Amino acid sequence: MKFASEFRQGKLAQGLLSKIRGASKRPARFMEFCGGHTVTIFRYGIRQALPETIMMLSGPGCPICVTANADLDKAIALARIPGLIIATFGDAIRVPGSYTSLQVARAEGADVRIVYSTLDALRIAEENPGRKVVFLGIGFETTAPTIAASVLQAKEDGLANYSVLSLHKLCPPVIKALLDSGEVALDGFICPGHVSAITGSKAWEFIARDYGISCVVAGFEPLDVLQSVDMLVAQVERGEPMVEIAYRRGVQPEGNTEALRLMDEVFEPCSAEWRGMGTIPDSGLRLKDDYRRFDAEKVFEIDPGPTREPSGCICGEILQGLKTPHDCPLFGEACTPEEPVGPCMVSSEGSCSTYYRYGGGGIER
Amino acid sequence: MCVAVPALVKSIEGSLARVEIGGIVREVSLRLTPEARVGDYVIVHTGYAINVLDQAEGEETLRLFEEIARMADGER
Ligand code: SF4
Repeated sequence: MKFASEFRQGKLAQGLLSKIRGASKRPARFMEFCGGHTVTIFRYGIRQALPETIMMLSGPGCPICVTANADLDKAIALARIPGLIIATFGDAIRVPGSYTSLQVARAEGADVRIVYSTLDALRIAEENPGRKVVFLGIGFETTAPTIAASVLQAKEDGLANYSVLSLHKLCPPVIKALLDSGEVALDGFICPGHVSAITGSKAWEFIARDYGISCVVAGFEPLDVLQSVDMLVAQVERGEPMVEIAYRRGVQPEGNTEALRLMDEVFEPCSAEWRGMGTIPDSGLRLKDDYRRFDAEKVFEIDPGPTREPSGCICGEILQGLKTPHDCPLFGEACTPEEPVGPCMVSSEGSCSTYYRYGGGGIER
Repeated sequence: MCVAVPALVKSIEGSLARVEIGGIVREVSLRLTPEARVGDYVIVHTGYAINVLDQAEGEETLRLFEEIARMADGER
């Protein structure tokens, strides 16, 4: 078993699809929370292959997309501090903030370096003892433990020039906010597989218990997604919402306890601003006071100035499943992956970029 | 951004491992998965193994899919 191509076999996909077609009687609305699932669904034409009874919506699970302009502006303001090195994952540099992007700041002389891992950022800090290195911490629970690990590593190695701008977001609070807003009606969630590898499937129990919405954790291969739809359909038909795992090779109910321990050692929850959704309590992570010397917000004076939203961009509503990219007048015209207006077109997992690359997923329903 | 890929652990030194991802060997941190052993498949996200993949569960899931495909064939 290589844990990859086995889960893409067309013959097995047909089997799952015919099971879903046979079982799905009631109309059901499912949201795939994660942008990675949106990509799988579009790449393999899953929306079109599903029966008419099932409607799929895309959710807010794209960390770059949900990062507020005010936070991007902070990162850009940091990059403009002379001598400072910004280390970041690639997606973040092309996202426009209020006035400019990290990419433009870099063209204007800022030292912005794309890294694959916090391990690379630590290496840059080691190699540049006379300069400060700030890692842009953008991501969900999947990524946050890797950043926590880097802070602990920096502490152990006595690296005094490494810090983190923590813009991390937590998934359960945003799902709660989405459901509390009452604007989007759902029967089921495809829960994020790699967030769940860390948090465990137990993180979603409140959704089934308090909101009566079915939840299935899915992996990112097409068969994983089809299995999750099959399990959601079965729950909906039985009328028994619960949390199940369609990705048992990668996710346990209790999650990765070591990763959770490291996260909890370094970070604590704080309120955070989400694009289009405003401030959500306890939905972000900041460094604990013990680690303040690794907290870029404490180490540097950051003054990004006033925030401005890109005019005409409806990313905020798309992220909540209220609109689709086709509802945006800029989609594919003024806004393309080459010249993105909003973050949903920049990130490879943003809905707008996925719709653009895969031709809107065919039939609109 | 939560993209993560399966990788085979080839060797371990301290908290670092050499893993193979689609024929390419990379160094990843095992800090989040100290239980990982040589020969395990791990899920790698941004240079860290975030979980050890469960071989038996993977095989069980595939068996289930094959069963479902057989039943679908029988109905046709
Ligand atoms: S198409 Fe562009 S402008 Fe429109 S919502 Fe998407 S990212 Fe924003």
